Amino acid sequence: MDKNRFFFRRYGLSEHDLEHYLAAALSAGGDFADLYFEYLSSTSLLVDESMVKSASQGISAGCGVRVVAGDRTGYAYTDDLSSERILHAARTAALIASGPAKTPAVGFQEKPARSLYPVMLPSVDAEITAKVELVMRADHAARAYDPRIKEVRASYADELRHILVVGSDGTFAEDSQPLARVNVSCIAKIEGNSARGSAGGGGRVALDFFFGEKTPEYFAKEASRQAILQLDAREAPAGEMEVVLGPGWPGVLLHEAVGHGLEADFNRKQTSAFAGLIGKRVASEKCTVVDNGTMPWRRGSLNVDDEGEPTQNTVLIEKGILKGYLSDKLSARLMGVADTGNGRRESYEHIPMPRMTNTYMLAGEDEPQDIIRSVRRGLYAVNFGGGQVDITNGKFVFSASEAYLIEDGRITAPIKGATLIGNGPDVLTRVSMVGNDLKLDEGVGTCGKDGQAVPVGVGIPTIKIDRLTVGGTARKDVGGFMQ
Amino acid sequence: MVETQLETRNRKLETDLRELAQDVVRRAMSGGASAAECVVREGDEFSTVVRLGQVETLKESGSKAIGMRVFYGQRAASTYSSDFSRSGLDRMVKSALELARITSEDPHGGIPEASQLGSIQGDLELYSADVYSLPGEERISYARRAEKAARDYDPRIKNSEGGSFEAATGHKILANSHGFVGEYRRSYCSLAAVPIAQSEDGAKQRDYWFSVARSLSRLESPEHVGKTAAQRALRRLGARKSKTARVPVVLDPMVSNSILEHIFEGVNGDSVYRGASFLAGKLGQKIASDSVNVIDDGTIPGGFGTSPFDGEGVPTRRTIVVENGVLKSYLMNTYSAKKLGFQTTGNASRGLAGTPGIGPGNYFLQPGTKTPQQMISEIKDGLYVTEFLGHGANLVTGDYSRGASGLWISGGELAYPVEEITVAGNLKEMFFNISEIGSDLEFRGAVACPTIRIDGLTVGGE
Repeated sequence: MDKNRFFFRRYGLSEHDLEHYLAAALSAGGDFADLYFEYLSSTSLLVDESMVKSASQGISAGCGVRVVAGDRTGYAYTDDLSSERILHAARTAALIASGPAKTPAVGFQEKPARSLYPVMLPSVDAEITAKVELVMRADHAARAYDPRIKEVRASYADELRHILVVGSDGTFAEDSQPLARVNVSCIAKIEGNSARGSAGGGGRVALDFFFGEKTPEYFAKEASRQAILQLDAREAPAGEMEVVLGPGWPGVLLHEAVGHGLEADFNRKQTSAFAGLIGKRVASEKCTVVDNGTMPWRRGSLNVDDEGEPTQNTVLIEKGILKGYLSDKLSARLMGVADTGNGRRESYEHIPMPRMTNTYMLAGEDEPQDIIRSVRRGLYAVNFGGGQVDITNGKFVFSASEAYLIEDGRITAPIKGATLIGNGPDVLTRVSMVGNDLKLDEGVGTCGKDGQAVPVGVGIPTIKIDRLTVGGTARKDVGGFMQ
Repeated sequence: MVETQLETRNRKLETDLRELAQDVVRRAMSGGASAAECVVREGDEFSTVVRLGQVETLKESGSKAIGMRVFYGQRAASTYSSDFSRSGLDRMVKSALELARITSEDPHGGIPEASQLGSIQGDLELYSADVYSLPGEERISYARRAEKAARDYDPRIKNSEGGSFEAATGHKILANSHGFVGEYRRSYCSLAAVPIAQSEDGAKQRDYWFSVARSLSRLESPEHVGKTAAQRALRRLGARKSKTARVPVVLDPMVSNSILEHIFEGVNGDSVYRGASFLAGKLGQKIASDSVNVIDDGTIPGGFGTSPFDGEGVPTRRTIVVENGVLKSYLMNTYSAKKLGFQTTGNASRGLAGTPGIGPGNYFLQPGTKTPQQMISEIKDGLYVTEFLGHGANLVTGDYSRGASGLWISGGELAYPVEEITVAGNLKEMFFNISEIGSDLEFRGAVACPTIRIDGLTVGGE
């Protein structure tokens, strides 16, 4: 135990203190208790109308105490890391249990964990002038792309989250989690018409990522391209049709259609449309879907989850058969399955629960152009806004922000944004082709569940879905799409 | 005795925080700022979820945080912290002053004029200590009763995500370098039930109902909440897809308020000055049907959107946004008002850091005279929407496309449930196509809208 020890240094904590707090948490019994210490520093910058209009920095720190008794959870937190306040939180959380005191395990065990984002200088500590340069460059590049680009907003945000998790089962894990992101949104205007475009990306990376790998110009051009393209967009069709999804961010389909429904808490409570389907076919045999928290530098990755468990690469669906759920400690214990390291929380103020990390479908063997060519009339969707799912009846939506008509095997006109809606447990059974071009998203996803937001990643190769409902305004007609 | 002691301690803390906010402003000014603003927020929360009759979670805590905004001439920057130690606050002030050197001169930047600042006097009925008056066991029993009422209502209610009870209080202090200092407390409590109904073929449907109030005495009874939630889940059983068609659509109040929110986003001064709203430049013009009257009023006693002053210390007020379908006013904070050449409407919203945004007071569509039943009875073939999924509104173009579920209207009656469908149109036309407004306005949050009927939308299904 001679690593970073951020909280030991900064707050003078010792292992003895931690054992003392855990003992207080189990003072009324309970099966398990843990403490989650968090120290989060963040920076954000906004350029609008070519001016740096906003710059902000902040720090928030606190500790959350959880006590679990059976399937009951008691939780309390404090933003004051004094011994007195942590003990008070521990005794409050202890109220969930009612029995004789229990004793935490003696001695902490730190499991070996990966180092997926070993940045030398966390971006939050880098020179602010370099960050200003990034957003100003994004602004210039977007405006230079086309004179029709009239409004540009470029933002930069980073954070560094130090965490320490200790549990009465001997868990001891700490991590320093950097996260950075550049975003550009713009509006193209011509007489009588406007359109918007946006793009962004990043990950658990250092600032130099944006000076090398993915520059602000890259995101600015992409946002501008989308806005200009949308100026000519036609009405989207309405009704059921063949849909081809492009690679990358359209993987949000997996996140909504199957990912949430496979989170173990919903299945333990039998509230998910996927409950009881382990071992059953939920997708065509071309589909293999994983949730992988172990990808270097990615936005959805973590060395350890927010319960101190190392993250994993978990197979959810293998060749169409449902293999497993995403679990946290509580679900793993109550369901008698392995903890997949998916226990996450927004902050010390929140109770952890099973969440996704990076969720994607493995590449298949089809050539993307063959997939397009196989469609007589349908939709080719390459960019999406967000999505949403009702995990109980399985219905999910995701909103295309860049899509085209496919007519006689060729991509033709761009269409306006449209919502796509389907049913989680059977949408993947209609996947008839899977491309060889798997791509992960650029690093922009944030997932919300029960009011808690966490960063996630998604990915997918080009795929063809034989039937999906598209929510446009133009009616499908014999012989083509009505304008 | 215990309560009296607590009261005294809280008063002491309040005075401390008020002085602290003013002190932070003074320190920023003596550090060279030309204007400064400080916000302090503290709050506490209690929540419990009871599932299948057993307590599932109990959560209880409090926290506080401080944020500030400084100006160097017309350069702005902001910082925040949860560390109230002397060194923590020093660091926050120092960082803000340093950051303000790297931002741009913005001719429209600055805090409000001294003459614009102020606070509405009198009791706005925002705080009721009774939200915490229930003993621990009673709080749990509230949640348990709500869930039980849902589960007992019908044998087809076979599962549940639980019943819940929450209580919270918040205290906000704002001080700035014009000498303004104001504060207010707000309380909140809510009760909800989320039952799951199951049909014989095993298909499951979940729905919910809730009650929310500033005082415990105004909450609906747990039995009413549970029963309503059960009815809402049950009526979804056996849902099918609908045909793809252009039919009249009726939106129940739980979803119609999203249409009203789109008008809000469209008149948001920040979107207007950027030209990011299709309502930009439409002041004085017709944007909706004659019957549409939209009002924003941050002064209604007891309201969920009420406060004595906004996020910049400007008194809240009543603003007519749309009158008989004509756009009368945008909703603005100080910055967007300067950009657009108007006065702020007292709609500044503020987190701890960043520039102030724009938020609603109590924002609502004035009700009409027909009951929802009358509105439905007039439709031969149409859709009654009870839930939207996703966020498919584009405020730049007005393009609108969302996932939906609800009930199909046939021969003037709710005939059968439908799901996995889409509703699409363009907001520019949709506002004009609001052909009926119901009489059932009820505030369940800061934004409230009665049942409305919109014609000309495309329903996407099979």
